[in-house]
Amino acid sequence: MDAGLVAAQLLNGLQLGVLLFLLASGLTLIFGIMDFVNLAHGSLYMVGAYFCATLTDATGSFLLAVALALPATALVGAAVELLVVRRLYRRDHLDHVLATFGLILCFDTLVQILWGPEGMAIRLPAWADGQQHLPGGLVFPTYRLLIIGAGLAVAAGLYVLVVKTKLGMRIRAGASNPAMAGALGIDIGLLFTLVFALGAVMAGLAGMMIAPITEASIGMGNEIIITAFVVVIVGGIGSIRGAFVAALLIGLIDTMGRSFLDMGLKLVIDVQAAETSAPALSAMLIYILMAAVLAFRPQGLFPPKAR
Amino acid sequence: MKKTALALAAAAALLASPSFGADKVKIGFVTTVTTPAGVIGRDMVDAVNLAMKDIGGMMGGLEVELIIEDDGFKPEIGKQKTDKLVKQDDVHFVAGFIWSHVLLASRKSALDGGKFLISSNAGPSQIAGKLCHENFFSTSWQNDQTPMAMGEVLNQRGVKSLYVMAPNYAAGKNMVSGVERTFKGEILGKDMTKWGKDAQLDFSAELAKAKASGADGIFVFYPGKAGGAFIKQYQQAGLQGEIALYTVFTVDSIALPNLQKAGMSGVLGSLNTQFWGPDLDTPQNRKFVSGFKEAYGRYPSFYAAQSYDTIFLIKSAVEAVGGNMDDMDGMRAAMMKADFPSVRGPFRYGNNHFPIQNFYLRQVVEDADGVWTTTVVDTVLKDHQDVYAAECKM
Repeated sequence: MDAGLVAAQLLNGLQLGVLLFLLASGLTLIFGIMDFVNLAHGSLYMVGAYFCATLTDATGSFLLAVALALPATALVGAAVELLVVRRLYRRDHLDHVLATFGLILCFDTLVQILWGPEGMAIRLPAWADGQQHLPGGLVFPTYRLLIIGAGLAVAAGLYVLVVKTKLGMRIRAGASNPAMAGALGIDIGLLFTLVFALGAVMAGLAGMMIAPITEASIGMGNEIIITAFVVVIVGGIGSIRGAFVAALLIGLIDTMGRSFLDMGLKLVIDVQAAETSAPALSAMLIYILMAAVLAFRPQGLFPPKAR
Repeated sequence: MKKTALALAAAAALLASPSFGADKVKIGFVTTVTTPAGVIGRDMVDAVNLAMKDIGGMMGGLEVELIIEDDGFKPEIGKQKTDKLVKQDDVHFVAGFIWSHVLLASRKSALDGGKFLISSNAGPSQIAGKLCHENFFSTSWQNDQTPMAMGEVLNQRGVKSLYVMAPNYAAGKNMVSGVERTFKGEILGKDMTKWGKDAQLDFSAELAKAKASGADGIFVFYPGKAGGAFIKQYQQAGLQGEIALYTVFTVDSIALPNLQKAGMSGVLGSLNTQFWGPDLDTPQNRKFVSGFKEAYGRYPSFYAAQSYDTIFLIKSAVEAVGGNMDDMDGMRAAMMKADFPSVRGPFRYGNNHFPIQNFYLRQVVEDADGVWTTTVVDTVLKDHQDVYAAECKM
């Protein structure tokens, strides 16, 4: 096992981790503050990707497309909150799951009607499409490094927003005790819409960043949202810090499992069995982690204070 | 007045249907219409509709009724839909099937129900071998054959070592065993990735391993949209100059438009093997490809070609028995002759009812209109029969 490969896989794991963080941070805020289970969060990821692909076609610039698609995704998020989600806060979690599962079907079908089934590719600008030579002879795709950079920057921005600003104070208050925050004169309704739109923007951004790698496609958010839920549970519901740590942890575990598990298994069992069982096992690793966290620390790794 | 006439016509149709119902050729077509794989299903349905138009909706003097069903990329749904076609619709032919695992799950429902089962794509080893059946026919290939042809190409080109990637399901395993059977060099690494409705589409970890393995070439099988995603990441990872790309069922007219749009010129010149190509020079293929391009404004994929053939195979059977749909033996005997104009040119059926046919080497090129497509450059295997036929007691 050479060091270069391990380093490359660490970067790949980090890239998956920041992507998961973008999805999970919105999910954990919505879950933590509004006590709302939003399965349709992955649909906003998809909507972001399709907006970005369409706008890249229209404007010819990927960066401009991202800049325009972000507010557009925020509007979709706000609309979903105002039209559907708002009516469901008082219902129990099963109703949330049912309603947002319905939303997923609506979004998937709507995308199929509007954009067709074939998916949309995004052409990257030439400067983002190559590879970077990193110290130690490592060659890594430029665009994946950009994802890591952008993801970490958003994480830092989110930290400043939540910890240093007045809006962040309200969000934290809402997360700790929405009834008390409301009694102190915070417009909870507006706050909820803002948080939902913020979550939508981050999910959309994640979709826009992955689309040049895998294409925008129908249902693209439905798998990754499950992993994002695992991140939320491992990190502690409502905790941005927890989501950050858990996202990186899960990104690394998943990537390392895919990379090195078969090698490890081949030492213990025969090659044929290792080849067939490794993919299945590596897909299970993150769930094993979640089960362990639920067993030993059910509130998650970093539960928010004062719940 | 118009309304009354319509109502009367409808009533007449309703009353008439029981007596004329039996005098129709009913074809059930199971494919994937939803999920990202729906783009494959669309190509197949378009081809079937084109074939229906080309035959005027008639076979052997009978009207043809086509029922399309969506398997949702799931074996259990495919089986349910097949059950519905067999029991509720009472079709004569169950055709379609993109996915080997869906076909394997649906096989029993169709065959035990006494229907003809025609695969327009999937060719799992089990159905070619031990599970072969007199009422099963394929208009495509057995899964192992195309990668076997690729293995030969690799030998001819002096490729000494290979890295192999495929999705972890029935066909993925067949593809890998196919290339392993003929490739004489060393296989330095292998990744079987998660597949299905929530298939893995980000191959960063696997590509890093492939690169580190130092292999001469990489062999991949990623059908549908996963193919486009793979090629993009292969190029973004800068592997073009380092590890040559050899594919089966990955670079096709479904992946190429999106690759061209994304400017992935690394795919130009790459090699793949196939039983057919849009530029294969047979009368039926010229008619099919130009008709398809005219109707839908794009190149047909091999999925479309096989689906187009499916309708003409069924037509040859129905015509041979003069439209007597109860004559199963007559229709079977007719289909075994493969006496229909196939887009691939003439071929014959083996004992397991899989085609014995040529496999070609194809290269990705830009056509006269600047559209990326594939062109046949060589014949790799002539009249090739799959290896599982020997296990079929028929």
